[in-house]
Amino acid sequence: MSTVDPKDLAAFAEQADAWFAENVVRDPGFMLPLTFMEVGTDKQFHFLRDWQNKVWEAGYLGAAWPKAYGGGGLPQAFQSAATRAMRKHHGPIMLNAIGINWAGPLILEMGTEAQKAAYLKGILSAEDIWCQGFSEPGHGSDLGSAQTRAVRHGDHYVVNGSKIWTTLGRYARYMILLARTDPSTERKYDGLSFFLMPMKAPGIETVPIRKLTGEHGFTQTFFTDAKAPADGLVGPEGGGWKVAMRTLEYERGARGGQAGGYVSVGANAFDVFDLARRTQRGGQPVLEDPLVADEMVGFLMEIQALTLNGQRTQVPELVADRPQGIPLASKLMGTEMSRRLNDFAVRLTGARGAYYVDEPDAVDNGLWARNYLNAFSATIGGGTSQIQANIVGEHVLGLPKS
Amino acid sequence: MKDLGRIGFSEDQAALLEVAADFCQRRSPVATVRRLMEDELGHDPAVWAEMGDLGWLGVAIPEAFGGSGLGLAEVVPLVEQMGRRLMAGPFVSTTLAAQALIAGGTEAQKLEHLPRLAAGEAAAIALGEPDTDWEPDTISAAARRGDGGRLSLSGRKILVSDAGAARRLIVAVRLDGAPALVLLTPEDLPAGALRRETVIDETRRSFSLTLDGVTVAEDRLLDPDRAGATLEHLHLAANLLAAADMVGGTQACIDYTLDYLRTRTQFGKVIGSYQALKHPMVDAYTRYEQARSHLYSAAHCFNEQGTGEIAVRMAKAAADGAYSFAADRSIQFHGGFGFTWDCDAQLYRRRAIWHAAQFGDAAFHRKKLARLLF
Ligand SMILES: Cc1cc2nc3c(=O)[nH]c(=O)nc-3n(C[C@H](O)[C@H](O)[C@H](O)COP(=O)(O)OP(=O)(O)OC[C@H]3O[C@@H](n4cnc5c(N)ncnc54)[C@H](O)[C@@H]3O)c2cc1C
Repeated sequence: MSTVDPKDLAAFAEQADAWFAENVVRDPGFMLPLTFMEVGTDKQFHFLRDWQNKVWEAGYLGAAWPKAYGGGGLPQAFQSAATRAMRKHHGPIMLNAIGINWAGPLILEMGTEAQKAAYLKGILSAEDIWCQGFSEPGHGSDLGSAQTRAVRHGDHYVVNGSKIWTTLGRYARYMILLARTDPSTERKYDGLSFFLMPMKAPGIETVPIRKLTGEHGFTQTFFTDAKAPADGLVGPEGGGWKVAMRTLEYERGARGGQAGGYVSVGANAFDVFDLARRTQRGGQPVLEDPLVADEMVGFLMEIQALTLNGQRTQVPELVADRPQGIPLASKLMGTEMSRRLNDFAVRLTGARGAYYVDEPDAVDNGLWARNYLNAFSATIGGGTSQIQANIVGEHVLGLPKS
Repeated sequence: MKDLGRIGFSEDQAALLEVAADFCQRRSPVATVRRLMEDELGHDPAVWAEMGDLGWLGVAIPEAFGGSGLGLAEVVPLVEQMGRRLMAGPFVSTTLAAQALIAGGTEAQKLEHLPRLAAGEAAAIALGEPDTDWEPDTISAAARRGDGGRLSLSGRKILVSDAGAARRLIVAVRLDGAPALVLLTPEDLPAGALRRETVIDETRRSFSLTLDGVTVAEDRLLDPDRAGATLEHLHLAANLLAAADMVGGTQACIDYTLDYLRTRTQFGKVIGSYQALKHPMVDAYTRYEQARSHLYSAAHCFNEQGTGEIAVRMAKAAADGAYSFAADRSIQFHGGFGFTWDCDAQLYRRRAIWHAAQFGDAAFHRKKLARLLF
């Protein structure tokens, strides 16, 4: 890739800024989801799909992906500038998260030429929504034990079994699927294969599951003699575990190459600080309570530390002892902070913490409680915090497997 | 929201970090640390001389006064590596005394004393008092103008690090109702004025200093107009360097504990495989990384009005939390051995407590931050 001419970059950033200023719709007249995991209505879905398409067409998504596959062919700094502009103008989230953040980068890295040509552009344009079929009712954290079967028949595999917690399952045209092609291997991992699987095919049924917030967002996905084309294999048959692990690195942000934008807009410590500043209790600003103030300072220190951690990873000398430490621990640190922070926000609202979304007397329409409940999506999805702690303990600190 | 600081890292910082990591590891193995704990002086004069030769004592002293003209940002990696090796000696005290002169000394004082400090004469600062208030301008030790333009001092300073080795002492007193700083030499002190204190961190030499009966010429007074600002500067500089020592110590303490968790076996399993130990170690580690990020932000932003203070207080508060937690768990995770003198966990735990007690603990700085940020 070419080097960055600062003048080009500045001009691009300025254009992006102007474009988002003009094109962001702050209030579509209905509530938008906070994350891609909470797309529960067709209205939300179509709005967000159109938005992603528009951003991509304007050149502000996939700017650093190759031109041949629908990208902009520019250095990463351009996409980063576009994402910053998007955030500054509070653009809605990118819908096709699994596509742009992990299935796409994975296909770019490990896919065949035909797969790249077939899938990447549709990921960016949001024409093809992607979902992920890893977890099963009986096997979540222990993904290596997945039992959904895929049996080879000529140019395709026949799939039977069920996946669960399938985010965007109702809307997806494709799934990244981890299935067992050989149940007889000595190591359970060696019997798994990784497929790019069409979802709009006979034998696939998606059943919505209601979330703790009362909304919808994921499904259980049933396969009954569904066909997976053999040319949709990523890596060799029996080599799916390695591909799945690579996918998780992209998903958890431990590896770069994502198309850009953001896929969640959870409140951060500064938003909660803003809430604290406008909250009164007993006729006094709540921040005059030293216990509340101390907790708030703690969160501001923590969010600042996470920002600084990110900056420090750019200084090799300052991460020399454990170069993978901060990247591998960042999901754990970020999601756990977010959960605790939203809990704190609910407590800040005092007696009104008892209200929920749409109650006119609730603080901020009751969104803090919803934020808090939704925060668990990130401490559970993508590998639970406990599993993340195992990963950091084992791969960063060198402790033996549990 | 105010600017909370950011990471920046100079080539000088990088070079010093590399040299210090190697030097401190070689010169301060734990056996040496333990031997020096039993030694009255408490540090190795040969190592001290080597630090002088390396130019470390002049890092933050302007070139005009014999230093290399860098700043405290460049001192931070040195102190971090010293803390990592539990190193003893008056390096931080001497650096802070130089800071007092740079920020608040007269031209004549700078010319006379800074080149000596840069060349390796030990010095120290005496701020704390028996009321144990961490506010830098709460001072009751006094100076009074007497006959022949001499100053008579009275009162007592406590927890004065390295006063025994110091050839120069910068002492905070109250003069004419305002804070002031006075420079003393050992010759100014009557016999018995210094008493070695028994302190929790046995790698450290700390003293109580009785000022009653001490008189000095008025030219020992640092610039009176800048005394308040200098005390504020010293408070922040001391906290910055304390945070550096603590972050280094936290890293070492975690590594030390991990070694045990990777080798000790119980119930037929290496104990580090138990999540009851593994997950708290991950907590300790993530708190360490956060504290280190705060530290290098504070180092980089130290001279920025407003942001510097926020970043330093965050760094000290984060370091206190991280070090205390890592060292506390280190004792527990070593089992019976953790309860012994021979286990290094106690060395780290004691050093963390020492630093929390000096210049403000986490709660103190968080309270200050609430006032700065809200
Ligand atoms: C909002 C959301 C969206 C999701 N989207 C998708 C998706 O699109 N596609 C997909 O495939 N999956 C998805 N998931 C599933 C998610 O990856 C799993 O829920 C997760 O990996 C945990 O698996 P599980 O639910 O089976 O829980 P379990 O693995 O049964 O875990 C139960 C509890 O045991 C703990 N635990 C398990 N093993 C260990 C261990 N070895 N050590 C310590 N503690 C342990 C866990 O941390 C957890 O607290 C989603 C989940 C959520 C919440």
